[in-house]
Amino acid sequence: MKRIALALLSTLALATVAHAAEYNQVQADKSRIAFSYQQMGVSMDGSFKNFSSQLRFDPAAPEAAAAAIEVELASIDTGSDEGDEEAAAKTWFNTKDFPQARFESTAVKALGGNRYEVAGKLTIKGTTRDVVVPATFAQQGDAGVFDGSLTIKRGDFSVGEGAWKAFDIVANDVEIKFHITATAR
Amino acid sequence: MSAQYTATAKALHWGIAVLIFGMLGLGFYMTGLSLSPTKLQLYSWHKWAGVTLFLLVVLRLAWRFAHRPPALPRHMAPIERFAAHAGHHLLYVLMFAIPLTGWLMSSAKGFQTVWFGVVPIPDLLDKDKALGDLLQTVHLSLNFALIAVLLGHVGAALKHHFIDKDDVLTRMLPHRLH
Repeated sequence: MKRIALALLSTLALATVAHAAEYNQVQADKSRIAFSYQQMGVSMDGSFKNFSSQLRFDPAAPEAAAAAIEVELASIDTGSDEGDEEAAAKTWFNTKDFPQARFESTAVKALGGNRYEVAGKLTIKGTTRDVVVPATFAQQGDAGVFDGSLTIKRGDFSVGEGAWKAFDIVANDVEIKFHITATAR
Repeated sequence: MSAQYTATAKALHWGIAVLIFGMLGLGFYMTGLSLSPTKLQLYSWHKWAGVTLFLLVVLRLAWRFAHRPPALPRHMAPIERFAAHAGHHLLYVLMFAIPLTGWLMSSAKGFQTVWFGVVPIPDLLDKDKALGDLLQTVHLSLNFALIAVLLGHVGAALKHHFIDKDDVLTRMLPHRLH
């Protein structure tokens, strides 16, 4: 009887701990989505000011984790006004018809240590592709911080059409970097 | 014969002259374009040529310090001598300052200069939009000043050749042309 009670208690305690450690409240002001690419051999940086994300992640049960991120493409900051306008135009993101880019996880795999692999579907400009995103997790105070990057080919999503289609000026590879901070409820 | 410039001084003078006229034309043309791959390419070329021009000017200044140029003709009045020296000093200052402001403007606007797409030139300034816009104005204003001084420079050379009929223009010409 005593044994069973103990077992029950410890299960309950574990469940409480596990629950307490589920990070699911994204702190928008401490999160960032940026990108970089090469333009005639010059490394260029930019970011997206507005995006929303939902995630739940419990370090004790990473396989049950899930994430969804929606980026407002018109909030792009390329570093210049004419760059921002061009990026919103039909040849690039065509934000009028496709205002958001979306990532939705399908599976999370723990690679050991603080490293994880998040498989999911990335949708940009009406094209959806399977991607695998390497990510790390770190606990900082009562918050969980997720960092990672993914290199995509802009040509796969028809980002940069017409005169921009060639990759000699603006490279095909675009690295997307994210830094997401979430607290447990 | 001693009144001639050295072959190196002549090569630097004419090489830089061709580059400056090309850069003025390119600069005014490219800034008027709407964003396109061509525009980005022209901007890169402009920046590569700017770095090249700056290095040539440094070389030229070093050569100038080591080699005294031929003296001004004796017929020139003191005010003309003053104008000639002032004009040449201004040209050197502008040839030095214009590429520098171009490079600083690029840094402030967040576009690093990578010479011929291979040699990265460090960014002295951090990205700062307001500072970038200010430096753009400075770069443009200095170029207007350069155009004014160049008009004086070319005008003076032609005056020396056709009115004073001295050797001020011909002593800078390539050897076989005079």
